[in-house]
Amino acid sequence: MLSENILKMEGIGKSFPGVRALHNVDLTLRKGEIHALMGENGAGKSTLIKILTGVYQKDVGRIILEGRPVHFRSPQDAQNMGIGTVFQEIALCPNLTVAENMFIGRSRNAFVKWKQMNTKAAEMLSSLGIPASPTQELASCSIAVQQMIAIARAVDMDCKILILDEPTSSLDEDEVQKLFALMRQLKDRGVGIIFITHFIDEVYAISDRITVLRNGELIGEYQTSALPQIELISKMMGKALSDVSAIKKHEPPESDDSVPVFEAKALSSAAGVRPFNFKIQKGEVNGFAGLLGSGRSESVRAIFAADKVSGGEVKINGRRVKIKTPLQAMKQGIGYLPEDRKGDGIIDELSVCDNLILALQVMKGFFKPLSRKQAEEFADQFIKKLDIKTPSPNTPIKSLSGGNQQKVILARWLLTQPMYLILDEPTRGIDVGTKVEIQKLVLKLAADGMSLTFISSEIDEMLRVCSRLIVMKDREIVGELSGMNLTEQDVMHMIAQGGK
Amino acid sequence: MKRLTRVGLLLLVVVLVLSTVCGFTLAASKKLIKVGIVNLPPEESGYRQANVEDMNVVFSRENGYDAKQTNTADNSEQIAAARGYIRDGVDYLLISAANASGWDDVLRSAKRAGVRVILFDRAIDTDPSNYEAALLSDMHYEGRLATDWVLNNVPKPINVVLIRGQLGSAAEIGRSAPLLKAAEEGKLNIVADGTGGDTWSLEEARKVVEAAIAAKKDFNVIYAQNDGMAQGAVQALEAAGISHGKNGKVKIIGFDFNRFALRNVQAGYWDADVQCNPRQAGQIDQWIKSGKIPKGIVYQEELILTTDTITDEQIEKYGINADPGKGVITR
Amino acid sequence: MPRLKRRINNLSHLFLPLSVLVILIIINLIKGADYFRITMVNGALYGNIPNILFGASELVILSIGMTLVTAASRGQDISIGESGAISSAIFVQYVLNAGEVTLCTILVGFLISCVAGLVIGAFNGTLVSFFNVQPMVATLILFLGGRSIAFIIDGKVSPILANEISNRIGTVIPGVPIPTPIILTAVFIVVVAVVLRTTNLRLYVEAVGVNPSAARLNGINPKKVIFLTFLLMGVCSAVAGFIAVNKAGRHDSVNLLKFIMMDAILAVALGGNSLGGGKFSITGSIIGAYTIEMLNRTLLRLEVNPEAIKAFKAVFIIVLMVIASPVVRVFVKKFLDEAKTIVARYSVRQTGGLNKGAASITDTTGKKGE
Repeated sequence: MLSENILKMEGIGKSFPGVRALHNVDLTLRKGEIHALMGENGAGKSTLIKILTGVYQKDVGRIILEGRPVHFRSPQDAQNMGIGTVFQEIALCPNLTVAENMFIGRSRNAFVKWKQMNTKAAEMLSSLGIPASPTQELASCSIAVQQMIAIARAVDMDCKILILDEPTSSLDEDEVQKLFALMRQLKDRGVGIIFITHFIDEVYAISDRITVLRNGELIGEYQTSALPQIELISKMMGKALSDVSAIKKHEPPESDDSVPVFEAKALSSAAGVRPFNFKIQKGEVNGFAGLLGSGRSESVRAIFAADKVSGGEVKINGRRVKIKTPLQAMKQGIGYLPEDRKGDGIIDELSVCDNLILALQVMKGFFKPLSRKQAEEFADQFIKKLDIKTPSPNTPIKSLSGGNQQKVILARWLLTQPMYLILDEPTRGIDVGTKVEIQKLVLKLAADGMSLTFISSEIDEMLRVCSRLIVMKDREIVGELSGMNLTEQDVMHMIAQGGK
Repeated sequence: MKRLTRVGLLLLVVVLVLSTVCGFTLAASKKLIKVGIVNLPPEESGYRQANVEDMNVVFSRENGYDAKQTNTADNSEQIAAARGYIRDGVDYLLISAANASGWDDVLRSAKRAGVRVILFDRAIDTDPSNYEAALLSDMHYEGRLATDWVLNNVPKPINVVLIRGQLGSAAEIGRSAPLLKAAEEGKLNIVADGTGGDTWSLEEARKVVEAAIAAKKDFNVIYAQNDGMAQGAVQALEAAGISHGKNGKVKIIGFDFNRFALRNVQAGYWDADVQCNPRQAGQIDQWIKSGKIPKGIVYQEELILTTDTITDEQIEKYGINADPGKGVITR
Repeated sequence: MPRLKRRINNLSHLFLPLSVLVILIIINLIKGADYFRITMVNGALYGNIPNILFGASELVILSIGMTLVTAASRGQDISIGESGAISSAIFVQYVLNAGEVTLCTILVGFLISCVAGLVIGAFNGTLVSFFNVQPMVATLILFLGGRSIAFIIDGKVSPILANEISNRIGTVIPGVPIPTPIILTAVFIVVVAVVLRTTNLRLYVEAVGVNPSAARLNGINPKKVIFLTFLLMGVCSAVAGFIAVNKAGRHDSVNLLKFIMMDAILAVALGGNSLGGGKFSITGSIIGAYTIEMLNRTLLRLEVNPEAIKAFKAVFIIVLMVIASPVVRVFVKKFLDEAKTIVARYSVRQTGGLNKGAASITDTTGKKGE
């Protein structure tokens, strides 16, 4: 409270043709604080950040940096005034060295003084406690370290303000902690940090204050310690508290002796998952739990034949079938929403409509295209049903927010009316509201008789949705939990003990 | 799959090595005149095909020659081949160079080794002492033949559409010069000046004439620097309904003596065609056998044939490429 | 209404090729007001437009195939001219050896040459899709060796195709006012349109071109799709070769369709397609192909010195490409947006909406939702 404001944005407004992206938004950032900027997708967070970093020009409002009004005409402007940004996708060159990545393109000199550069880099790395050597190739560092190097690069430009846009989305727990340590260190140096994330826990772990935006408007600014989680969520969503917590788990009929919808014996794939057994009943929601890299994604990929299946036998409704390609899996009524939405899910240049009908279309076959009208009807139907926010079915999917993209992919599989749907991290990088919607949808589908496998790196989410968890460690199934034993404690316990 | 490609590569290498070895061993023999021929590949053009075939026919075993031939469009490969022949101790080295420069060293080492060098078809930029003789087509002469024919046979005023070949090539320069000179002297007008491009393209030539028609140019001669381009030009006239040939308005003259062109001339569909003789082998054979090899550049005798003078024998003897048959017009 | 909007949206990507075309038309109209005049010559239409349509027919057909190959494989086939030369050589050999030339022989010959095109396409396609060779590298093989193969098929001479039916295919059929190559091209375009309408070719090709990994997880086999586009390219080459050889009346293995891949690639780019694959517009490529033909003729019409004609063409194309580049497009868009926001700001000022209290740290709008 005592520390001075380093940045003040007042009454910021920004419109794009046909859309009012920001209206009368304020943001203050103090010296040496970590300030979380919260809001669902489309709330205006990224527009605000882009104005602050000079990518967009504001229509109205003032930006006051260290007491002086400023105007950024370009990202370069903002950088020169001490605003550093690190985005979710690391924008570094993997085949250059760490030091090169930290300094390249920054000297005014055409010639690089290698020795000096490496010494300086080494100094910075050690002072920030980043475990990397200046001469090491960037690609050989872990994602977290790369992320830290990106921060180091940003910080070095006499940075007063550091903007971190979802820096943790591809990090595991341990790596997040390392990143937080770095953030705290920068905070102690007096850097003001604006932190954007979808992980509520992280906000409470590290931020001092929170600014919440919704639909391009300022909802309020709060002390983190004075704002309960559930209230933050409700402010972001604009919904009453009861709405958020009211997810009731669907309990499948306890009839373990009935024929499973899908059953695999000693299934293994070229991606290196150990042969495993697996089955799922009609109307059941189960999940693969485990740390990143435990083999949970590889297991479901093996079920869908997304990776080359190297062994095992598969039964659908008790009948032996051959599933060697994704198409065969689809024809057996299996759907698969992949973990990597950008890389494996969306076809980014194609329209929402094309993305939505893709799987159904492929199942119908090459020579039986849906008519344009039919396709658009399907699209409209699901846009309404899942409340997908898109200007039109013909909008390229890449211009939708992450949550809406994910809904399109979900719709893609629902359209094929699968009997068994695999969802690998369907809620990653998605705003809270959509997350809850997807969870609800999963339970509703199960209630309607669909079998689902649900994977998430947020364990409480899985606990909320799944009635049975298959716990994995080191590419092997170490146990199964259901009923009374299905608690976070039990899962952790099993991971810790399992696998010997 | 990687393994498969690797196996494929290995096979390829083996085949290549085997074929070269065979190539070398096949051609050793006794008491014959040893000749190394460095030429361009026959698929380069109809002209080259006739040229290579002529070489094959004349420098054969029956004719008393032990000839080895390398046909490539790559100058450095040509030079390497020439060095190989010198090492093999050939008596004569016949060269049609892909590129006029870069030959000095090879020619000098040939001289030292006592190999007599005769250039054919294409000149080389080097000191004349580096070779015995060069038997060439005189492109300027061809241009003069054509230009004289135009001046003497087309009613005045003469308005020419000039369609050049690959700009800067020896043939283009030689075949253009006399016509340009005549235009400068006011003996004729060049109303359109275009090119068929690097491929001496039929389609481009057609476009040149179509553009001239669209611009309402009045012309009565098409001077196309090869037969293909003349053909394209005539196609443009046909489509526009402009008469040409023997009793027509526009006189057509082409170059190269393709048999289809000569048949068109014979039928009065075109008016004249100028020879570019690809058959140097006979003359060179005569020089070698008689032991009287002239010094320096020698130009070949070349002809112009017109609708009035052309005969079947000439078409058979001097023409190149396929013969469509008497009376058949290639449009 | 939404349908109309979609139509207009669909047209927006054609903005570039169409605007270029318009510029060329204006230049030509300045040069001569009767540019569009069409007359009847010997019972056939004659004029600049028929000439352009006639001259560009092979290029149009090839640019269609090139569009598909580019979209799916994210690379280009540089052997299309050679492949056309080979398949048409086979056509000519069949016709010359079939005895009396009837429509039937021509038709059978054409089908055989299409099969040859398919074989060539399969060769290139196998290298690209199953052996993961870069398209340009894979097709380099035939680019270098194709003409020798055609030359050998030709029997080392340029065979003459001097029969009446071929002549009619290459020029006009008596009684039909439109030159035959134009008709054939139109038929081909219609066939392509029908194929695109009755199959999922577009969806598959675009999905594979944009994101092969996602396409695979939706049951599409990217290798097969890429292979298929090369097969189609082979057919396009065969058809183009067929038209070209009938136009020329003889098979010149050296020069037939030589270097046409340059123009075909250019047509694809001019059509607003990304050479990096993904979404494609065949309409754009077709317009691009006609634009190139028109550009060539315009330069001739302007009587550019033959020595300078290539330089002019290059400059012209560079200017067009710069105009079409995303950089300029983004700049123009930004400029327009800015103009719009200035207008918007002005109207805001008019209503006096810039009345705002000091930065209050209170829940100001939270209640609005309730």
